[in-house]
Parts: sequence; C-alpha cells; structure tokens
Amino acid sequence: MGDYFTYARALGYLLASALFIVGLQMLSKPKSAKAGNRWAALGMLIAIVVTVLGQQLNLAVILAGIVVGGLIGVVAARRVQMTSMPQLVGIFNGLGGGASALVAVAEFYKGGAGIEIITLVTILLSTFIGALTFSGSFVAFGKLQGLISGKPIILPLQSTIDVVFLLFVVGLGIYVGVSGSAVAFLGLIAVSLLLGVLLVGAIGGADMPVAISLLNSYSGLAAAATGFVLLNNALIISGALVGASGLILTSIMCKAMNRSIWNVMFAGVGGGADASSGQAGVAEGKTVREVSVEDAAVVMANAQSVVIAPGYGLAVAQAQHEVSELAKQLEARGVDVKYAIHPVAGRMPGHMNVLLAEANVPYDKLHDMDDINPQFDNTDVVLVIGANDVVNPAARHDQSSPIYGMPILDVDKARNVIVNKRSMNPGFAGIENELFYAENTFMLFGDAKDTMAKLNREIKDV
Amino acid sequence: MIDSLFVGFYIFVLALFVGFEVITKVPPTLHTPLMSGSNAISGIAIVGALLVVSSVEGSLSTVLGFLAIVFAMVNVVGGFMVTDRMLDMFKRPGK
Repeated sequence: MGDYFTYARALGYLLASALFIVGLQMLSKPKSAKAGNRWAALGMLIAIVVTVLGQQLNLAVILAGIVVGGLIGVVAARRVQMTSMPQLVGIFNGLGGGASALVAVAEFYKGGAGIEIITLVTILLSTFIGALTFSGSFVAFGKLQGLISGKPIILPLQSTIDVVFLLFVVGLGIYVGVSGSAVAFLGLIAVSLLLGVLLVGAIGGADMPVAISLLNSYSGLAAAATGFVLLNNALIISGALVGASGLILTSIMCKAMNRSIWNVMFAGVGGGADASSGQAGVAEGKTVREVSVEDAAVVMANAQSVVIAPGYGLAVAQAQHEVSELAKQLEARGVDVKYAIHPVAGRMPGHMNVLLAEANVPYDKLHDMDDINPQFDNTDVVLVIGANDVVNPAARHDQSSPIYGMPILDVDKARNVIVNKRSMNPGFAGIENELFYAENTFMLFGDAKDTMAKLNREIKDV
Repeated sequence: MIDSLFVGFYIFVLALFVGFEVITKVPPTLHTPLMSGSNAISGIAIVGALLVVSSVEGSLSTVLGFLAIVFAMVNVVGGFMVTDRMLDMFKRPGK
C-alpha cells in the first residue's frame, strides 16, 4: 500500500506543477486570467491533499494550522483596500519566506548530528533566504504603511556592513557544518533576519515597487531551497517559477526608473513622497499658465481625443472613481478617451491598472507606455493627474537631470496638456518639471478628487 | 542523495527557463495579479510544513510545523483569493 501512496504523491505533485505553469500562462490574458488563477489554486489543493494522503499524521495540529492560517488569509483578502495591495503582497511574501525557513529549521532539529553535509547546506541556504525574506518583507510593509519613515536608512559604511554580515552568515554556516552547533545555527537565523532589515531599510519608500518584486522572487527561491532540503520537486518547480517571476518584475521596475538594482539597493535615493516639503515654487524667469475648471471642461469636452495620465497622487487622493466618471462623460460626448499608464505609476508593478479597474475602467482603455507614446502627437488633450517625474521631458534631453534616461510618457507632445496638481511642489525626487512651464501646458491646481468632481459638474453644463 | 540533488537542480534550472518564458508574456496590466498569484504559489512551502508535522513527534517540531502551516496557509488562501477578487474587477471591453 505504501508504494501506491508514493506513486500517487509523485503524480499529484507533477499535476500540481503543471497546473501552476498553465495557470501562470493563462494569467497573460485578461480574459483567461481568472480561470488561470483558479487552476493554480486547484494545483495547490492537489499538492496539499496528496501530501497528507496515507501519512502518519498529527491531524489535530495540521487542521488547527490550516483553519487559523486559512481564516487569516480569507479576512485579509476580503478586507484589503486596493491601494494597500503592495502592503498585503509584502506581508504574504514574508510569510511564504518565513514558512520555508521554519520548515528548514525543523529539518535541522530533526536531523540532529547524523545530518548529511549536503542536506545541511540546503537547510542553511533555505533558512538564510527565508529568514531574510521574512524580516525584509516586514520592513517593506512598515515603509509602505507609513509605520516607518520612507527615507532610506543608511548606516555609515552600509555596503561594507552588509558584506560583513553576509560573510558572518557564511562563517556561521561553516561552523554549524563542522560542529553541528545549535547555538551557531540560531546565530545564523538572527544574522539573516538582521540582514533583511538592513537591506530593505536602505531602500527608499519610493523604490518599494522594486523591493516588493525582489522579495517576491526571494520567497520563491526560499521555497525552492526548501524543496532541495526535502528533495520535493513540487517545491523546486514552484519556487523556480515564482523566483523567475519576481526577477522579471524587478528588472521591469528598474528599467522603468532607469536604475540598476545595485543603485536601488545601495544608493539610498527615493526618499518617498513626503520628501517634497519645503523649497518649491516657481523657477526664476519662468511662468506657469493656470486654467480654471470651467475652461478645462470646455477644452476637454470639445476635444476629439483625451489621454489621461494618472500618477500615484491620484490614488492618494482617492480620485479614481471621479476620473472614471469624467472619462465616461467625455465618451458620451464622442471624445476618444484612453489612459496612459507608466510602469511605476503605482506602488507595485501594475498597481495603477488595478486601481483603475476597481473604478470600472475597462482594461482595453489602459495603455502601456510603449503603446501610448507614439499616439501623443495626435492627441488633443492630455490630463495629467498626480504624476510628476514620469511626465518630465527633461528625462529625454537634459543630461544634468537626475532622471535623465528614465523612460517617460511623452505627454508634452500632445496639443494641450492640463496638469492637475495640488501645488507647485516638486515630486519625490525634488526635481523641477519643465513640463509645467511649456507653452502648451496649463496648470489646474487643487486636490485631485475635488477638482475631478468639479470638472464632472462643469462638463455636464458645457 | 547527491544524485537526487542533481536531478533537483536540473529541474530547478529548467523550471526557471519555463518561468521566464511564461511570465515575460504577461502584460503590465496584469502585473499585480501576477504577483499576488505567483505569491500564492510560493505558499507551496505548505507541503514542507505538513511533512514536518507528520514526521516528527518532538514538541519543538510540532510548534515549528504549526507556525509554518499557519504562515503558508495565509499565503496560499489569501494570495489566491485576493487575486481572484482583483481579477473580478478587470471588466471586459464594452461592459
């Protein structure tokens, strides 16, 4: 009988792995994405069922764990606001990494002195990555939630300290291998946790999309490492898939900011949106043109094409629904309305798309940067809401600008640009935005939500 | 032991390639659901957690295993459910 269960288990894990791959594949199209997610969930259910099948179980503990964890998961998934999605994913990353580390730790104590060296290496690796992901994710959560300052926390000689800590982990690992010392093993866990805090602490609040993507990748790699400990292919395959996914998203985010991953992790820039206080105002010798809500309404209502370029300021002001309403009104008048989404418009990859989808914007109206940029030449009006650096033309031509080389939305190429902003304060990078002084730009000052609501009323009367 | 580790490593590298191939095709619009969905998949550590509880009697292992199950279940259930909820919001064109 035991053999049959072994076969069933092996086949079940194979099926689960295949379903994960199919599910991820189906996530590449909005139409099939929902079904894809459910196939992946079915794969997980199969993996869980075949694992407990025919084993000598401590059922009470397992059921208790499943109920407690499941309930927390359900409540978190139902209650979370879409604006807080990065925090939630951050926490989930951390718990996934933590679970992998805990399994590795349990295997260490189970193995005792008789543990094979090669198994020990995988255990230490899994513990290290898992613990680092766990603590790092909670720091990322704290920064996104505003519990910790978004400013990068850089120690003197930060990168040296990081390297020393890393060497310390390696040294402790070797010592554990030689002596089997449980104290050294606990030390390794502690240093790994501390390293996670240091690494993510040094990343600025505005760079959290990169941190979250990277931690996503780590949570996968931690699972894969645990797969090597248990020699379980389902863990190895799933871990590799998630690891690859996180790496791709990390690289996309870095490219969108024109920064290398090393720069994001160690340069200590990107202090967060709160860094914009103080020196601001209008650059000398330049003037901005203001536009009234009434005039803006007339211009947009009479345009043939309007492109809306939202930034995170829109989400902060919770103006998604008002913007969606505005787009619907314009469309009812025969105006062609599209949304231009910069990859770093939100607080995690694809975040702005979710926020707009929640406000009932159909996904075929949401256009990526590469897709929309060639179309600005033929656009009558661009409405920029709460976005700044991602629409700054200096990124294209001003080599002295800190954001030079960053891919941007070429909104300045449209016939008219209306920029909704609270004031003339610069964005998180504290960079003057020449778009605001361009001849075809009109500033529409005010809170995004208020202003959009007013625009909606005005357009009704046009 | 070392043989099965090598087989595992082969599988790992090949799965990485599959992952890169599949995920590169996901459009930016779906990157957040991709992340939360793949996040749920990394909750596969639940398998390891279940094995820890079922194979060991020591109280320390039971505690560690229980915690691991809770962590992984939050990850799995929360991840798949929130992805489902998000994807519900992606309206088809024309609706």
